[in-house]
Amino acid sequence: MLSVKGLRLRYSASAVLPSTAEVLALERFEAAAGEHWLVLGVSGSGKTTLLNLLAGLLKPSAGEIEVGGQALAALQGAALDRWRGRTIGIVPQKLHLVASLNVLENLLLAPYLAGLPIKRARAEALLEQLELKDKVNAKPAQLSHGQAQRVAIARAVMNRPKLLLADEPTANLDDANCFSALQLLQDQSRECGATLIVATHDQRARARFDKRLQLGLSPA
Amino acid sequence: MNLASISFAYLRARPLATALNLLLLALGIATITLLLLATGQLEERMGRDARGIDLVAGAKGSPMQLVLSAVFHLDAPTGNIPLEAAQALSRHPAVKKAIPLALGDSYRGFRIVGASRDYPAHYGARLASGRLWDESMEVVLGAEVAAKTGLAVGATFTGAHGLGAGGEAHEEEPFKVVGVLAPGGSVLDRLVLTSVESVWEVHEHGGVKPERREITALLIQYASPLAAATLPRQVNAGTALQAASPAYESARLFRMIGVGVEVMRAFGLVLVLAAGLSVFIALLNALEERRYDLAVMRMLGASRAKLTGLMLLEGVALALLGGLAGIVLGHVCTEVLGLALQAAQQTPLTGWVWDPQEPWLLALAVAVGIAAALLPAWRAYRADVALVLAEG
Repeated sequence: MLSVKGLRLRYSASAVLPSTAEVLALERFEAAAGEHWLVLGVSGSGKTTLLNLLAGLLKPSAGEIEVGGQALAALQGAALDRWRGRTIGIVPQKLHLVASLNVLENLLLAPYLAGLPIKRARAEALLEQLELKDKVNAKPAQLSHGQAQRVAIARAVMNRPKLLLADEPTANLDDANCFSALQLLQDQSRECGATLIVATHDQRARARFDKRLQLGLSPA
Repeated sequence: MNLASISFAYLRARPLATALNLLLLALGIATITLLLLATGQLEERMGRDARGIDLVAGAKGSPMQLVLSAVFHLDAPTGNIPLEAAQALSRHPAVKKAIPLALGDSYRGFRIVGASRDYPAHYGARLASGRLWDESMEVVLGAEVAAKTGLAVGATFTGAHGLGAGGEAHEEEPFKVVGVLAPGGSVLDRLVLTSVESVWEVHEHGGVKPERREITALLIQYASPLAAATLPRQVNAGTALQAASPAYESARLFRMIGVGVEVMRAFGLVLVLAAGLSVFIALLNALEERRYDLAVMRMLGASRAKLTGLMLLEGVALALLGGLAGIVLGHVCTEVLGLALQAAQQTPLTGWVWDPQEPWLLALAVAVGIAAALLPAWRAYRADVALVLAEG
């Protein structure tokens, strides 16, 4: 389902960066459909960068990425954006809900921007499932952090993605909320049949994932 | 959910900024609309009032004053001319038609004009009720005069000396209304028409000899275009009369007003540009606040073109709304101005007509909106999604 080979991302030398800096190096990584992976590493080890590369938001300096049989290097511009919208669900660390739109509209944005039919019933069912039914017309500013995160997760799974990416979903959460957030991600990816990749430095998450990828270990 | 509804949600989320931009744009467009309507109608109206009148002969003085007083009935007359001299000019072979006018009195601010029956015929006037004058002291009212004064066929009134309300009244010489004209959109609407003899009767009190009678002006139509070359010079040089061309004098008048109109038009343009700048800054600010939203939209699968379209759509939506509001406001202002002018018995003006140049105003507004949205749209196009998402 997901396969990464010889992946490198470096920033070439510039006035700001005196020498070429390697941000990420990953020789081999494979994940089967429906697997739940934890990507671990200290801050700056390239966890977010890996997620951005997998989503096609960054272009690798070298290496190959294949998601669901699609080689990312073969996609460009609008086709890449379209593919991303239909194949990948992303829960960014800073949830980034659209402040001018209400909760329901934030969910509907996902199918609209991906060019998929807008299924209002799907959005309403998700919100009900995530106990946000009474927040349908609320603006993001009126939500608690936990509620906002559930909306972000709902938005990410609106289009039933094949690959669900979550960046530090447990940051700033207490233990109870930390586990329920992870539970929700796992439940939702199971329901969509999606492969789940959670990037975190939070050790509390280890217990819930049996597949782990450690970043930032210098290659010998 | 579509681009338009998203744009609208953004405009609605910033009601104050949106309203301010709309107001600025609308004021600029309204100013230009008002100018277009006012000058257009004034020119059209003056053209209609002066149609078929090639020359005005009257007492010496300012030629423009002569034209304004005798053709448009906007100014005081330059004085009177001897009837004999006028009759001699009427018989000139270069003159096809000559309409004598005797001015001097008014009724509640409306001019009483002594004229031949050729005068209403010249403007193709139709009677709404009654008949034209036969006897001395019989009058026919213009449509607006009848509507404003409430006088109808059979009523009597006395004129006041001079053109303002409140002049010396001619109590002993009442006029009798025998007809009312249908509205014709010409200067006749604002006049009280009667025979030249009636005006003499009011003023002479029986003391003036027939050979000393006077009229105020003579409206002349040439027998052939060739007359334009010779007749005015003959009149001005060879008689005690003055000849003035309505076409030339109104062109001169418009050249003089034109400076003011140009200044106002430039002012309107400055307002539109200021509004454009404000829309530009508003969109730029909005983009700054929205870097994250736009990055998220890319994350969710929106192409660069779609986001660029979103910014452009917002600029155009603002501009269209502002432009339309401006045109409506311009028409309303013109109508209000028209009502005020009507109350002062000036040349009427209406807001309920359409100027053929108005679509261009809308196009101007949209161009300003697009120009203002271009830089934000370009920046939206260029943004590095991964970087912006991480910044949050």
